[in-house]
Amino acid sequence: MHAIETHQLTKAFGALTAVHPLDIHVKKGEVFGLLGPNGAGKTTTISMLVTLLSPSGGTAKVNGFDVQTQPDLVRQSIGIVFQDESIDDELTAWENLDMHGRLYGMPWELRKKRIEEVLKLVGLQPRQDDVLKTYSGGMIRRLEIARGLMHHPNVLFLDEPTLGLDPQTRRHIWTYIRKLNRDEGVTVILTTHYMEEADFLCDRIAIMDQGKIVALDTPKKLKERDATLHVASGKIDELYQALSAMNPVRQNGKILIETSQPQRSLKRVLSIAEKRKLALTEIDVKKPTLEDIFVELTGHSIRDEKAGTSDRFKAYNRAMTGRRK
Amino acid sequence: MIQTEAILTLWQREILRFVRNKSRIIGGLGTPLLFLLVLGSGFDRLLNVGGGLSYFQFLAPGVIGMVLLFGGMFSGINVVYDRQFGFLKEILVAPVSRASMVIGRTLGGATTAMFQAAILLVLTLLVGVQLDPVQIVLMVLAMTWIAFGFTAMGLAIAAKLTDFQGFQLIVNFIMMPMFFLSGALYPLDQLPPWLQTATSLNPMTYGVELMRFIALGQSSMDPGLALAIQTAFNALMLWLAAWLFSQKE
Repeated sequence: MHAIETHQLTKAFGALTAVHPLDIHVKKGEVFGLLGPNGAGKTTTISMLVTLLSPSGGTAKVNGFDVQTQPDLVRQSIGIVFQDESIDDELTAWENLDMHGRLYGMPWELRKKRIEEVLKLVGLQPRQDDVLKTYSGGMIRRLEIARGLMHHPNVLFLDEPTLGLDPQTRRHIWTYIRKLNRDEGVTVILTTHYMEEADFLCDRIAIMDQGKIVALDTPKKLKERDATLHVASGKIDELYQALSAMNPVRQNGKILIETSQPQRSLKRVLSIAEKRKLALTEIDVKKPTLEDIFVELTGHSIRDEKAGTSDRFKAYNRAMTGRRK
Repeated sequence: MIQTEAILTLWQREILRFVRNKSRIIGGLGTPLLFLLVLGSGFDRLLNVGGGLSYFQFLAPGVIGMVLLFGGMFSGINVVYDRQFGFLKEILVAPVSRASMVIGRTLGGATTAMFQAAILLVLTLLVGVQLDPVQIVLMVLAMTWIAFGFTAMGLAIAAKLTDFQGFQLIVNFIMMPMFFLSGALYPLDQLPPWLQTATSLNPMTYGVELMRFIALGQSSMDPGLALAIQTAFNALMLWLAAWLFSQKE
């Protein structure tokens, strides 16, 4: 059984199709990333999987439960960290976690034990009795991750877990997520538009654009897809002739060869050069970044769109209440 | 599906938030106090409401009804607030039925509105309305039950709204007519026909009459009927709010 299984899952808002028929299978224990720009349909996909939105078509199963016919069983078995803050900032950290435990039907003894555990995990124990208005954005994120884990979900959804956080906090959170996945075997589904985040955390990445998955593979394979060999030699014309079977391109006094299997191509170039006794002055494999891959697949770079009304409202409010983010 | 623990949790949360926010408690009492003190004192000598009551005594249950209406309806704004700040999603993805969620929040809002009304009740006791302990207990129960209906109504309105301004506009649009077209400010006995129709269609009328019966021993209608209509209104609003929240996009 897969942790997540969708079949032709679709979501349309009126005339706008936010998610085109989607088939994904996420294995148990996997860290699976949905990578794409704002508006690609990542959050809409997650919202359907966590039962907040009804699909317009298709089916989805989470932990073997159907999101439409068994929403309560789905909810019981998942943890979620939303893109936007979802805490009660007039209550303390401890009260927020306790309330969460009660909503998930956890008895008092278990709640107490787990609250202590997760607060320790995210290092917020010293501040547990402070009202969340006094927390920084990074601390709130850590608390939300702690809360998402408190009821020991089989699948943890993280929607842009490090959006708007400083690099240091981001690193911390990445480490937590990895640790959790390794130690507790939690399946993690995360959305992000940070390339390095997807690269660092995910076992597999689905690149989404305009509601469709345009590529799905491990970060390593995705980056290998379009590796380029850069070769140079004193006898460049002869070398170009010799490599003609590999579709070489001449550029700035170098020969460029595109390949999806850089190691094999590298060996091949070396053996050809040796056979023809052509001394190479340079040979190098240039792997693209995920950013390059994204641009190539979608024709545009990951862009930041304008903030919506509610984002602006929240930013304003945060400024007014003096919260740092 | 009714989940007691979840209901209690959400109920307690509303109370905790209320207690931590003193300005909300005081703010909700300003207008009703103005009505009670200014209208009550101003018209006390002029108006004869019958039954040997002063206008001030007559007005007191009406103004308590106003506190319950305002407090109950505006507690729906907490849902809009939760939606804006994302906390609503935390509740919506929890394994809690929409009915339990709505019941918990309604009980919470009703309790806080009742607290506010109780402050006003104490003030009216200080300025001459006399109640024995049984009457006070009955008043508290009635106030809670009346606030329950108004809170559920506020929740139903908030179920589909995403911004504060919209909520405030709609609530004011409904709240003011509900207040003025009830028997809160004047006796129901000698009204022109159109106003009589309007007051009889207004759920607030029945709550005010119920409280008037408990506090003053007289009302323009059978208190049993008033209680029955109030109860039907509560059930309808609760069902409506639960239904609206269970609708997904």
